[in-house]
Amino acid sequence: MTDTAAQAGDTGPSTSGGLLHGAQPDVAGAAGHRDHPQRVGFFTDTSVCIGCKACEVACKEWNAVPEDGLELTGMSYDNSQGLSASTWRHVAFIEQRKPLGSQEPGVVHGPAAGAGGAEGMGDFDVFAAAERLGATTPEPGAPAGDGPGTPTGEISPIAPDGRTELRWLMASDVCKHCTHAACLDVCPTGSLFRTEFGTVVVQEDICNGCGYCVPACPYGVIDQREDDGRAWKCTLCYDRLGAGMEPACAKACPTDSIQFGPLDELRERAAARVAQLHAAGVPDARLYGEDPEDGVGGDGAFFLLLDEPEAYGMPPDPVVTTRDLPSMWRHAAVAAAAMAAGVAACFAGRRR
Amino acid sequence: MSTPEPNVPGPVTPGGPGGAETDGEHPGRTAATGQGGGRHRRRRRRGEQPVVPEAEFTSYYGMPILNRPTWKALDIAGYLFLGGLAGGSSLLAAGAHATGRRVLARSAKIGALGAISASTVALIHDLGRPGRFYNMLRVAKPTSPMSMGSWLLAAYGPLAGVSAVTDATGLFRRSGAAATAGAAVLGPAVASYTAVLIADTAVPSWHEGYRELPFVFTGSGAAAAAGLGMLAAPVEQAGPARRAAVFGAALELGATAVMTRRMGLAAEPLERGRPGALMRASKVLTAAGAAAGLLAGRRSRTAAALSGVALLAGSAALRFGVFTAGVASAEDPKYTVLPQRERLRARARERRREHAGDGAGGTGSGDGTGSGNDGPAV
Repeated sequence: MTDTAAQAGDTGPSTSGGLLHGAQPDVAGAAGHRDHPQRVGFFTDTSVCIGCKACEVACKEWNAVPEDGLELTGMSYDNSQGLSASTWRHVAFIEQRKPLGSQEPGVVHGPAAGAGGAEGMGDFDVFAAAERLGATTPEPGAPAGDGPGTPTGEISPIAPDGRTELRWLMASDVCKHCTHAACLDVCPTGSLFRTEFGTVVVQEDICNGCGYCVPACPYGVIDQREDDGRAWKCTLCYDRLGAGMEPACAKACPTDSIQFGPLDELRERAAARVAQLHAAGVPDARLYGEDPEDGVGGDGAFFLLLDEPEAYGMPPDPVVTTRDLPSMWRHAAVAAAAMAAGVAACFAGRRR
Repeated sequence: MSTPEPNVPGPVTPGGPGGAETDGEHPGRTAATGQGGGRHRRRRRRGEQPVVPEAEFTSYYGMPILNRPTWKALDIAGYLFLGGLAGGSSLLAAGAHATGRRVLARSAKIGALGAISASTVALIHDLGRPGRFYNMLRVAKPTSPMSMGSWLLAAYGPLAGVSAVTDATGLFRRSGAAATAGAAVLGPAVASYTAVLIADTAVPSWHEGYRELPFVFTGSGAAAAAGLGMLAAPVEQAGPARRAAVFGAALELGATAVMTRRMGLAAEPLERGRPGALMRASKVLTAAGAAAGLLAGRRSRTAAALSGVALLAGSAALRFGVFTAGVASAEDPKYTVLPQRERLRARARERRREHAGDGAGGTGSGDGTGSGNDGPAV
């Protein structure tokens, strides 16, 4: 990235007069919408996702998305594999031999811990233990409770019956509705557009299936439907938003893992939730895509994750490709001039 | 289901959570990508500072992060080749026209028209909805290289057509000369913008070379056009074509060398497997074609024709090599994850250095909270 100076200063014109990268507070306004409603989006809190896939089903039903292949993959409970033209919500399942926060699998509670196993259980007062909950905040990552702890990060079969640590991460992935959406930028027909809600939607009556948006998306979201030829992705239920309803997936989510609302409010809620989880001893909790200064100017749909984004199949530091487009055009112009000059020079000099 | 397999690998195992185990059970499903971390563990790049220190990374069952480009290789790589050939031919045609090399001019004009016609067919054929190709001219969008390219082709195609038809029929010579000049002005842009077309994507091996790729493509286009000129024109008229071949080949090979050195890990797909073989073939064919044309092309018509064929084949191999390397880089999550991880690490190092310099009074309010993309250090 030698052109950092150029990138910082020269953002270049986009079709809408907006920026090509960086923070952009009024994304719908920059796209030309006047008197537009607040920007809305999703906050997907994966720490409370139970992997029920109600979002996948609700999305399919509401949007009449066709079947996306029936396959048993062996990837835990994930059989839809990833976002595609016909999978607009995708629930990822990740099995790890790692404790979730202060969870201690196979721990033997009570005074008889370690000695008798099942006999010790009888003496244990779960109500007393429950009262103690929350009174002491465990050190993040430190073993908690009275039982024999395991040093954090170490994997050990700690239960006598051979049970090991397990955390089962589940996360419902979706189109990020980027502030700087590469799919929208590169779309040559204007089929992809920015709605008054700040979301990114494909107009299916315009799309001619050129496929440019597919490699442009840094998250691997939008795709071309083979039998149909056009590109499809999550619309953030544009039709429902217009009627004042929340998107189908958020509506169907039984644990409020998928939260829909004005983006500013969601960001506040997410920051509070991360702080809460850190205090509760889940140091892995982190937000993904909420930072307006990131490579795509912040996502309209952002996440609370419990592991690195790539473990969920998301890029750790995505950058909108059109950030570099002004530089690309300049390089291409110089290359074209060099070609013309070089070939012209071949005609100069001796005639032979 | 909630009982884990006894040998589920840890979270930072290459191939992802459960990756290795799943590979064993479902070789068909993850064959292409599942071994991404394991197979390419060691980086073998000659005597360079590794951009990415170690190729260990987490992935989701080895699945690619990007969606595979849906473009068909024959259509789009073919178009990259034909667009370059057309652009270079228009330049040669104008030069030959102006200097009275009539056979060279005519062959270049007809070559340009043929190449750009075939390009248009390939581009429309590649659309998911070919019947809606006219939607390409619905808007003019500088942020979309494909939109700019559509308008460019809409202007260039007719000029190349008028140039070739007037030359072949002998009618409307003055219009023909103007069209030839116009095509020569737009031709280099046609050859060069195709680099922006593929670089303006998230595909690592296309995007990371965006500075040098236009030079690679214009050099390759000039070499291809020169090859066509040497193939079609008599040796006494093909002098500029022989020199253009050397110029194009030098530009292409030089820019490719610089590009692959600067791309870091994203250069790897250009050096491995089928894309690597295509790139090596292109290098040999282009260099040999240009050299043979210069040394023997003046004396022997056969040598000139063979050089021309080698140059054309070299240019085509380059475009297919770059195209397929990009697809390969999109299919393996490591080319997406590793450079981005390295970028995050570098940024974290920089921030730490700034903090150390500042003393205690850090101003960054957003990033210090542990939120954001820079999760816990790996």
